[in-house]
Amino acid sequence: MPNKTWNYTWKIFTIVLMLYVILGGLLFEVPALPVIHQTIRNIYFHVGMWFSMIFILFVGFLFSLAYLRTFDLKYDRMAFATVKTGLIFGFLGIITGMIWAQNTWGTYWVNDPKLNGAAVGILVYLAFLILRASLDDPEKRGRLAAVYKIFAFVIMFVFIMILPRISGPSIHPGVDGNPALATGDLDPMMRRVFFPAILGWILFSWWIYTVVERKDKINQKINQLNADQL
Amino acid sequence: MVIKEIIYLMQKEFLLEWRQKHALGGIMLYLVSTIFICYLSFAGIMSVPTWNALFWIIIAFASLNLVLKSFADETSGRKLYLYTLATPSAIIFSKILINSIVMVVLGVLGFILFNLFMGNMAGGNFTYWLVLIIGVLGFSSILTMVSAIASQARNNFTLMAILGFPLILPLLLLLIRASLLAIEGASIKSVSGDLVVILLLVMISLTLSNILFPYLWKE
Repeated sequence: MPNKTWNYTWKIFTIVLMLYVILGGLLFEVPALPVIHQTIRNIYFHVGMWFSMIFILFVGFLFSLAYLRTFDLKYDRMAFATVKTGLIFGFLGIITGMIWAQNTWGTYWVNDPKLNGAAVGILVYLAFLILRASLDDPEKRGRLAAVYKIFAFVIMFVFIMILPRISGPSIHPGVDGNPALATGDLDPMMRRVFFPAILGWILFSWWIYTVVERKDKINQKINQLNADQL
Repeated sequence: MVIKEIIYLMQKEFLLEWRQKHALGGIMLYLVSTIFICYLSFAGIMSVPTWNALFWIIIAFASLNLVLKSFADETSGRKLYLYTLATPSAIIFSKILINSIVMVVLGVLGFILFNLFMGNMAGGNFTYWLVLIIGVLGFSSILTMVSAIASQARNNFTLMAILGFPLILPLLLLLIRASLLAIEGASIKSVSGDLVVILLLVMISLTLSNILFPYLWKE
Protein backbone atom coordinates (compact mmCIF):
# COMPACT_ATOMS: atom_id res chain seq x y z
CA MET A 1 0.00 0.00 0.00
CA PRO A 2 2.68 2.63 0.87
CA ASN A 3 4.27 1.68 -2.44
CA LYS A 4 1.12 2.64 -4.30
CA THR A 5 0.80 5.98 -2.51
CA TRP A 6 4.41 6.74 -3.33
CA ASN A 7 3.62 6.11 -7.01
CA TYR A 8 1.69 9.33 -7.33
CA THR A 9 3.08 11.29 -4.38
CA TRP A 10 6.40 11.87 -6.11
CA LYS A 11 4.63 12.98 -9.27
CA ILE A 12 2.63 15.57 -7.32
CA PHE A 13 5.88 16.67 -5.68
CA THR A 14 7.46 17.02 -9.14
CA ILE A 15 4.55 19.12 -10.42
CA VAL A 16 4.73 21.43 -7.40
CA LEU A 17 8.48 21.71 -7.76
CA MET A 18 8.34 22.48 -11.49
CA LEU A 19 5.56 25.06 -10.98
CA TYR A 20 7.71 26.71 -8.33
CA VAL A 21 10.69 26.66 -10.70
CA ILE A 22 8.75 28.17 -13.59
CA LEU A 23 7.07 30.86 -11.49
CA GLY A 24 10.09 31.56 -9.28
CA GLY A 25 12.44 31.35 -12.22
CA LEU A 26 10.52 33.94 -14.19
CA LEU A 27 9.36 36.24 -11.39
CA PHE A 28 11.88 36.26 -8.52
CA GLU A 29 14.47 38.94 -8.35
CA VAL A 30 17.81 38.23 -10.02
CA PRO A 31 21.05 40.20 -9.68
CA ALA A 32 21.50 42.86 -12.34
CA LEU A 33 24.59 41.89 -14.30
CA PRO A 34 26.06 43.35 -17.48
CA VAL A 35 25.71 41.49 -20.80
CA ILE A 36 23.68 38.63 -19.36
CA HIS A 37 20.87 40.77 -17.84
CA GLN A 38 17.57 38.94 -17.45
CA THR A 39 18.71 35.97 -19.56
CA ILE A 40 20.35 34.68 -16.39
CA ARG A 41 16.98 33.11 -15.60
CA ASN A 42 17.74 30.54 -18.29
CA ILE A 43 20.14 28.91 -15.83
CA TYR A 44 17.16 27.29 -14.07
CA PHE A 45 16.07 25.63 -17.31
CA HIS A 46 19.15 25.11 -19.48
CA VAL A 47 21.33 23.66 -16.71
CA GLY A 48 18.47 21.55 -15.36
CA MET A 49 17.98 19.94 -18.78
CA TRP A 50 21.63 18.92 -18.99
CA PHE A 51 21.59 17.55 -15.46
CA SER A 52 18.55 15.44 -16.20
CA MET A 53 20.04 14.21 -19.48
CA ILE A 54 23.25 13.11 -17.76
CA PHE A 55 21.25 11.45 -15.00
CA ILE A 56 19.01 9.55 -17.42
CA LEU A 57 21.90 8.46 -19.64
CA PHE A 58 23.87 7.25 -16.64
CA VAL A 59 20.88 5.17 -15.55
CA GLY A 60 20.75 3.85 -19.12
CA PHE A 61 24.40 2.83 -18.88
CA LEU A 62 23.53 0.78 -15.78
CA PHE A 63 20.59 -0.83 -17.64
CA SER A 64 22.91 -1.84 -20.49
CA LEU A 65 25.28 -3.44 -17.99
CA ALA A 66 22.31 -5.25 -16.46
CA TYR A 67 21.26 -6.50 -19.90
CA LEU A 68 24.66 -8.02 -20.60
CA ARG A 69 24.60 -9.74 -17.22
CA THR A 70 21.10 -11.19 -17.45
CA PHE A 71 20.10 -11.11 -21.17
CA ASP A 72 16.64 -10.13 -19.96
CA LEU A 73 15.00 -8.14 -22.79
CA LYS A 74 13.31 -5.96 -20.18
CA TYR A 75 16.63 -4.19 -19.55
CA ASP A 76 17.18 -3.66 -23.27
CA ARG A 77 13.80 -1.95 -23.55
CA MET A 78 14.61 0.19 -20.52
CA ALA A 79 18.03 1.15 -21.91
CA PHE A 80 16.43 2.11 -25.23
CA ALA A 81 13.86 4.28 -23.44
CA THR A 82 16.60 6.09 -21.49
CA VAL A 83 18.37 6.99 -24.74
CA LYS A 84 15.19 8.37 -26.29
CA THR A 85 14.43 10.40 -23.16
CA GLY A 86 18.03 11.55 -22.82
CA LEU A 87 18.06 12.76 -26.42
CA ILE A 88 14.87 14.79 -25.88
CA PHE A 89 16.51 16.56 -22.95
CA GLY A 90 19.78 16.88 -24.86
CA PHE A 91 18.06 18.64 -27.77
CA LEU A 92 16.14 20.89 -25.38
CA GLY A 93 19.44 21.71 -23.67
CA ILE A 94 21.09 22.54 -26.99
CA ILE A 95 18.18 24.71 -28.16
CA THR A 96 17.95 26.69 -24.91
CA GLY A 97 21.75 26.99 -24.91
CA MET A 98 21.82 28.27 -28.49
CA ILE A 99 19.18 30.91 -27.83
CA TRP A 100 21.05 31.95 -24.70
CA ALA A 101 24.32 32.09 -26.60
CA GLN A 102 22.80 34.26 -29.33
CA ASN A 103 21.65 36.74 -26.69
CA THR A 104 24.85 36.90 -24.66
CA TRP A 105 27.75 35.90 -26.92
CA GLY A 106 26.13 37.13 -30.14
CA THR A 107 26.31 33.82 -31.97
CA TYR A 108 24.38 30.57 -31.89
CA TRP A 109 27.43 28.34 -31.75
CA VAL A 110 31.01 28.86 -30.62
CA ASN A 111 33.91 26.44 -30.98
CA ASP A 112 34.01 25.63 -27.30
CA PRO A 113 34.94 22.37 -25.55
CA LYS A 114 31.67 22.10 -23.67
CA LEU A 115 29.47 22.73 -26.68
CA ASN A 116 31.49 20.34 -28.82
CA GLY A 117 31.44 17.68 -26.13
CA ALA A 118 27.67 17.95 -25.97
CA ALA A 119 27.36 17.74 -29.75
CA VAL A 120 29.58 14.65 -29.97
CA GLY A 121 27.65 12.99 -27.15
CA ILE A 122 24.40 13.52 -29.04
CA LEU A 123 26.00 12.12 -32.22
CA VAL A 124 26.97 8.96 -30.32
CA TYR A 125 23.44 8.41 -29.07
CA LEU A 126 21.91 9.11 -32.49
CA ALA A 127 24.31 6.52 -33.92
CA PHE A 128 23.06 4.16 -31.23
CA LEU A 129 19.49 4.64 -32.53
CA ILE A 130 20.61 3.89 -36.11
CA LEU A 131 22.47 0.79 -34.94
CA ARG A 132 19.35 -0.49 -33.21
CA ALA A 133 17.17 0.29 -36.20
CA SER A 134 19.37 -1.74 -38.55
CA LEU A 135 19.00 -4.97 -36.58
CA ASP A 136 15.92 -7.18 -36.47
CA ASP A 137 16.56 -10.00 -34.04
CA PRO A 138 15.67 -8.60 -30.57
CA GLU A 139 18.26 -10.61 -28.68
CA LYS A 140 21.10 -9.69 -31.04
CA ARG A 141 19.93 -6.09 -31.24
CA GLY A 142 19.99 -5.78 -27.48
CA ARG A 143 23.43 -7.35 -27.26
CA LEU A 144 25.07 -5.16 -29.93
CA ALA A 145 23.36 -2.02 -28.69
CA ALA A 146 24.45 -2.65 -25.11
CA VAL A 147 28.04 -3.36 -26.15
CA TYR A 148 28.25 -0.17 -28.22
CA LYS A 149 26.61 1.89 -25.50
CA ILE A 150 29.04 0.76 -22.81
CA PHE A 151 32.07 1.16 -25.09
CA ALA A 152 30.96 4.61 -26.21
CA PHE A 153 29.93 5.79 -22.74
CA VAL A 154 33.36 5.08 -21.23
CA ILE A 155 35.25 6.64 -24.15
CA MET A 156 32.96 9.69 -24.10
CA PHE A 157 33.56 10.04 -20.37
CA VAL A 158 37.32 10.15 -20.95
CA PHE A 159 36.75 12.55 -23.85
CA ILE A 160 34.80 15.00 -21.71
CA MET A 161 37.51 14.82 -19.05
CA ILE A 162 40.32 15.58 -21.54
CA LEU A 163 38.46 17.96 -23.84
CA PRO A 164 39.03 21.14 -21.80
CA ARG A 165 42.80 20.60 -21.83
CA ILE A 166 42.86 20.06 -25.59
CA SER A 167 40.84 23.09 -26.52
CA GLY A 168 42.23 25.62 -24.10
CA PRO A 169 40.10 28.13 -22.17
CA SER A 170 36.34 27.90 -22.40
CA ILE A 171 33.84 30.71 -22.79
CA HIS A 172 31.16 28.53 -21.17
CA PRO A 173 30.92 28.93 -17.37
CA GLY A 174 31.48 26.04 -14.96
CA VAL A 175 34.41 24.08 -13.57
CA ASP A 176 36.58 22.25 -16.12
CA GLY A 177 34.81 19.12 -17.28
CA ASN A 178 31.83 19.79 -15.01
CA PRO A 179 29.67 22.36 -16.75
CA ALA A 180 27.81 24.67 -14.38
CA LEU A 181 28.74 22.90 -11.18
CA ALA A 182 30.33 26.09 -9.89
CA THR A 183 27.44 26.92 -7.60
CA GLY A 184 29.80 28.69 -5.24
CA ASP A 185 29.58 31.86 -7.30
CA LEU A 186 25.82 31.67 -7.68
CA ASP A 187 23.90 34.45 -5.98
CA PRO A 188 22.12 33.25 -2.78
CA MET A 189 18.87 34.65 -4.16
CA MET A 190 19.23 32.40 -7.17
CA ARG A 191 20.11 29.30 -5.18
CA ARG A 192 16.59 29.32 -3.79
CA VAL A 193 15.35 28.43 -7.25
CA PHE A 194 18.44 26.75 -8.72
CA PHE A 195 18.64 23.74 -6.37
CA PRO A 196 14.91 22.93 -6.49
CA ALA A 197 15.18 23.34 -10.27
CA ILE A 198 17.88 20.67 -10.55
CA LEU A 199 15.88 18.23 -8.41
CA GLY A 200 12.68 19.07 -10.25
CA TRP A 201 14.19 18.53 -13.70
CA ILE A 202 15.73 15.21 -12.67
CA LEU A 203 12.43 13.95 -11.26
CA PHE A 204 10.61 15.24 -14.32
CA SER A 205 13.02 13.44 -16.67
CA TRP A 206 12.50 10.22 -14.72
CA TRP A 207 8.76 10.66 -15.12
CA ILE A 208 9.11 11.15 -18.89
CA TYR A 209 11.35 8.09 -19.00
CA THR A 210 8.71 5.93 -17.29
CA VAL A 211 6.10 7.11 -19.82
CA VAL A 212 8.39 6.34 -22.79
CA GLU A 213 9.24 2.96 -21.34
CA ARG A 214 5.60 2.08 -20.73
CA LYS A 215 4.69 3.07 -24.29
CA ASP A 216 7.42 0.79 -25.65
CA LYS A 217 6.22 -2.01 -23.40
CA ILE A 218 2.63 -1.67 -24.60
CA ASN A 219 3.76 -1.54 -28.25
CA GLN A 220 5.76 -4.69 -27.69
CA LYS A 221 2.72 -6.43 -26.19
CA ILE A 222 0.50 -5.32 -29.09
CA ASN A 223 3.02 -6.57 -31.63
CA GLN A 224 3.21 -9.85 -29.82
CA LEU A 225 -0.57 -10.22 -29.73
CA ASN A 226 -0.78 -9.43 -33.46
CA ALA A 227 1.93 -11.98 -34.16
CA ASP A 228 0.08 -14.58 -32.12
CA GLN A 229 -3.13 -14.04 -34.05
CA LEU A 230 -1.45 -14.59 -37.42
CA MET B 1 48.45 -19.72 -23.71
CA VAL B 2 46.46 -16.75 -24.98
CA ILE B 3 49.66 -15.30 -26.42
CA LYS B 4 50.25 -18.49 -28.37
CA GLU B 5 46.72 -18.33 -29.71
CA ILE B 6 47.18 -14.70 -30.70
CA ILE B 7 50.37 -15.57 -32.60
CA TYR B 8 48.65 -18.41 -34.49
CA LEU B 9 45.66 -16.23 -35.32
CA MET B 10 47.95 -13.48 -36.54
CA GLN B 11 49.77 -15.92 -38.79
CA LYS B 12 46.41 -16.91 -40.24
CA GLU B 13 45.48 -13.26 -40.79
CA PHE B 14 48.79 -12.50 -42.47
CA LEU B 15 48.35 -15.47 -44.75
CA LEU B 16 44.84 -14.37 -45.68
CA GLU B 17 45.99 -10.79 -46.30
CA TRP B 18 48.81 -12.09 -48.45
CA ARG B 19 46.47 -14.24 -50.52
CA GLN B 20 44.04 -11.35 -50.96
CA LYS B 21 46.56 -8.73 -51.92
CA HIS B 22 43.93 -6.93 -53.96
CA ALA B 23 42.11 -5.91 -50.75
CA LEU B 24 45.19 -4.20 -49.30
CA GLY B 25 46.01 -2.82 -52.73
CA GLY B 26 42.53 -1.30 -52.78
CA ILE B 27 43.17 0.58 -49.56
CA MET B 28 46.54 1.75 -50.88
CA LEU B 29 44.95 3.03 -54.06
CA TYR B 30 42.25 4.71 -51.98
CA LEU B 31 44.98 6.53 -50.06
CA VAL B 32 46.83 7.56 -53.22
CA SER B 33 43.64 8.80 -54.93
CA THR B 34 42.56 10.81 -51.90
CA ILE B 35 45.96 12.44 -51.59
CA PHE B 36 46.01 13.18 -55.32
CA ILE B 37 42.54 14.75 -55.17
CA CYS B 38 43.67 16.94 -52.27
CA TYR B 39 46.82 17.86 -54.17
CA LEU B 40 44.74 19.09 -57.11
CA SER B 41 42.01 20.77 -55.03
CA PHE B 42 44.20 22.51 -52.50
CA ALA B 43 46.88 23.68 -54.93
CA GLY B 44 48.30 27.00 -53.81
CA ILE B 45 46.06 27.53 -50.77
CA MET B 46 47.90 25.28 -48.36
CA SER B 47 48.99 26.53 -44.97
CA VAL B 48 50.68 24.46 -42.30
CA PRO B 49 47.59 23.96 -40.09
CA THR B 50 45.48 23.01 -43.14
CA TRP B 51 48.19 20.61 -44.32
CA ASN B 52 48.26 18.98 -40.92
CA ALA B 53 44.48 18.71 -40.44
CA LEU B 54 44.04 17.35 -43.97
CA PHE B 55 46.64 14.67 -43.40
CA TRP B 56 44.90 13.43 -40.26
CA ILE B 57 41.47 13.42 -41.87
CA ILE B 58 42.84 11.33 -44.75
CA ILE B 59 44.44 8.91 -42.29
CA ALA B 60 41.19 8.69 -40.29
CA PHE B 61 39.20 7.78 -43.41
CA ALA B 62 41.82 5.29 -44.57
CA SER B 63 41.83 3.56 -41.19
CA LEU B 64 38.03 3.44 -41.20
CA ASN B 65 38.16 1.67 -44.56
CA LEU B 66 40.92 -0.68 -43.52
CA VAL B 67 39.41 -1.72 -40.19
CA LEU B 68 35.95 -2.10 -41.70
CA LYS B 69 36.94 -5.21 -43.59
CA SER B 70 38.58 -6.96 -40.66
CA PHE B 71 35.34 -8.66 -39.65
CA ALA B 72 33.45 -8.41 -42.92
CA ASP B 73 35.37 -11.35 -44.35
CA GLU B 74 34.39 -13.71 -41.55
CA THR B 75 31.68 -16.00 -42.84
CA SER B 76 29.43 -17.53 -40.22
CA GLY B 77 30.94 -20.98 -40.82
CA ARG B 78 34.44 -19.72 -40.27
CA LYS B 79 33.26 -17.81 -37.22
CA LEU B 80 31.87 -20.98 -35.68
CA TYR B 81 35.10 -22.82 -36.45
CA LEU B 82 37.17 -20.07 -34.80
CA TYR B 83 34.80 -20.04 -31.86
CA THR B 84 35.50 -23.68 -31.12
CA LEU B 85 39.25 -23.16 -31.42
CA ALA B 86 40.16 -19.87 -29.80
CA THR B 87 39.14 -17.65 -26.90
CA PRO B 88 37.37 -14.36 -27.72
CA SER B 89 40.23 -12.36 -26.15
CA ALA B 90 42.73 -13.98 -28.49
CA ILE B 91 40.54 -13.22 -31.49
CA ILE B 92 39.97 -9.54 -30.73
CA PHE B 93 43.60 -8.94 -29.72
CA SER B 94 44.90 -10.62 -32.85
CA LYS B 95 42.58 -8.47 -34.96
CA ILE B 96 43.66 -5.29 -33.15
CA LEU B 97 47.33 -6.21 -33.52
CA ILE B 98 47.05 -7.04 -37.20
CA ASN B 99 45.10 -3.83 -37.86
CA SER B 100 47.72 -1.87 -35.93
CA ILE B 101 50.59 -3.35 -37.94
CA VAL B 102 48.88 -2.71 -41.28
CA MET B 103 47.85 0.77 -40.14
CA VAL B 104 51.42 1.68 -39.18
CA VAL B 105 52.62 0.61 -42.63
CA LEU B 106 49.75 2.47 -44.27
CA GLY B 107 50.32 5.55 -42.12
CA VAL B 108 54.02 5.70 -42.95
CA LEU B 109 53.39 5.21 -46.68
CA GLY B 110 50.61 7.77 -46.57
CA PHE B 111 52.84 10.25 -44.82
CA ILE B 112 55.61 9.81 -47.40
CA LEU B 113 53.16 10.21 -50.28
CA PHE B 114 51.52 13.19 -48.62
CA ASN B 115 54.87 14.88 -48.21
CA LEU B 116 55.70 14.13 -51.82
CA PHE B 117 52.55 15.73 -53.22
CA MET B 118 51.59 18.39 -50.72
CA GLY B 119 55.04 19.74 -49.94
CA ASN B 120 57.39 18.65 -47.23
CA MET B 121 56.33 20.45 -44.09
CA ALA B 122 57.27 17.95 -41.41
CA GLY B 123 59.52 15.37 -43.04
CA GLY B 124 62.43 14.05 -41.02
CA ASN B 125 60.88 15.37 -37.82
CA PHE B 126 61.23 12.59 -35.26
CA THR B 127 58.48 13.92 -32.96
CA TYR B 128 56.01 13.95 -35.84
CA TRP B 129 56.83 10.34 -36.67
CA LEU B 130 56.26 9.34 -33.05
CA VAL B 131 52.88 11.13 -32.98
CA LEU B 132 51.98 9.43 -36.27
CA ILE B 133 52.76 5.90 -35.04
CA ILE B 134 50.98 6.32 -31.70
CA GLY B 135 48.05 7.97 -33.45
CA VAL B 136 47.42 5.12 -35.88
CA LEU B 137 47.68 2.66 -32.98
CA GLY B 138 44.89 4.63 -31.32
CA PHE B 139 42.73 4.55 -34.46
CA SER B 140 43.08 0.81 -34.93
CA SER B 141 42.42 -0.07 -31.30
CA ILE B 142 39.22 1.96 -31.07
CA LEU B 143 37.90 1.17 -34.55
CA THR B 144 38.45 -2.60 -34.39
CA MET B 145 35.79 -2.94 -31.70
CA VAL B 146 33.43 -0.67 -33.65
CA SER B 147 34.02 -2.81 -36.73
CA ALA B 148 33.14 -5.92 -34.74
CA ILE B 149 29.81 -4.32 -33.85
CA ALA B 150 29.07 -2.87 -37.30
CA SER B 151 29.90 -6.09 -39.15
CA GLN B 152 26.94 -7.81 -37.53
CA ALA B 153 24.41 -5.30 -38.85
CA ARG B 154 23.12 -4.32 -42.28
CA ASN B 155 24.70 -1.54 -44.39
CA ASN B 156 27.77 -1.69 -42.24
CA PHE B 157 29.86 0.96 -44.00
CA THR B 158 27.47 3.75 -43.03
CA LEU B 159 27.16 2.28 -39.57
CA MET B 160 30.91 1.99 -39.19
CA ALA B 161 31.30 5.68 -40.03
CA ILE B 162 28.54 6.97 -37.77
CA LEU B 163 29.47 4.71 -34.88
CA GLY B 164 33.19 5.28 -35.25
CA PHE B 165 33.60 8.98 -35.97
CA PRO B 166 32.29 10.39 -32.70
CA LEU B 167 34.56 7.95 -30.86
CA ILE B 168 37.76 8.82 -32.73
CA LEU B 169 37.09 12.55 -32.60
CA PRO B 170 38.92 13.05 -29.27
CA LEU B 171 41.87 11.20 -30.73
CA LEU B 172 41.79 13.28 -33.89
CA LEU B 173 41.76 16.55 -31.93
CA LEU B 174 44.66 15.42 -29.74
CA LEU B 175 46.65 14.27 -32.77
CA ILE B 176 46.10 17.45 -34.76
CA ARG B 177 47.22 19.48 -31.78
CA ALA B 178 50.26 17.36 -30.96
CA SER B 179 51.42 17.10 -34.57
CA LEU B 180 51.06 20.82 -35.12
CA LEU B 181 53.30 21.34 -32.10
CA ALA B 182 55.72 18.84 -33.63
CA ILE B 183 55.84 20.75 -36.94
CA GLU B 184 56.57 23.94 -35.04
CA GLY B 185 59.61 22.18 -33.66
CA ALA B 186 58.46 21.20 -30.20
CA SER B 187 60.48 18.57 -28.36
CA ILE B 188 59.11 15.14 -27.47
CA LYS B 189 58.75 16.34 -23.91
CA SER B 190 56.21 19.01 -24.78
CA VAL B 191 53.92 16.61 -26.66
CA SER B 192 54.39 13.78 -24.17
CA GLY B 193 51.27 14.84 -22.24
CA ASP B 194 49.09 14.36 -25.32
CA LEU B 195 50.81 11.10 -26.20
CA VAL B 196 50.17 9.75 -22.69
CA VAL B 197 46.47 10.62 -23.03
CA ILE B 198 46.34 8.82 -26.39
CA LEU B 199 48.02 5.76 -24.88
CA LEU B 200 45.51 5.93 -22.03
CA LEU B 201 42.66 5.87 -24.58
CA VAL B 202 44.34 2.88 -26.25
CA MET B 203 44.58 1.05 -22.92
CA ILE B 204 40.94 1.80 -22.11
CA SER B 205 39.71 0.59 -25.47
CA LEU B 206 41.84 -2.58 -25.18
CA THR B 207 40.37 -3.32 -21.74
CA LEU B 208 36.83 -2.64 -22.91
CA SER B 209 37.35 -4.78 -26.03
CA ASN B 210 38.56 -7.62 -23.86
CA ILE B 211 35.52 -7.37 -21.60
CA LEU B 212 32.87 -6.71 -24.24
CA PHE B 213 33.97 -8.75 -27.26
CA PRO B 214 32.81 -12.12 -25.83
CA TYR B 215 29.24 -10.75 -25.89
CA LEU B 216 29.52 -9.98 -29.58
CA TRP B 217 31.11 -13.24 -30.47
CA LYS B 218 28.72 -15.82 -29.09
CA GLU B 219 25.54 -16.25 -31.06
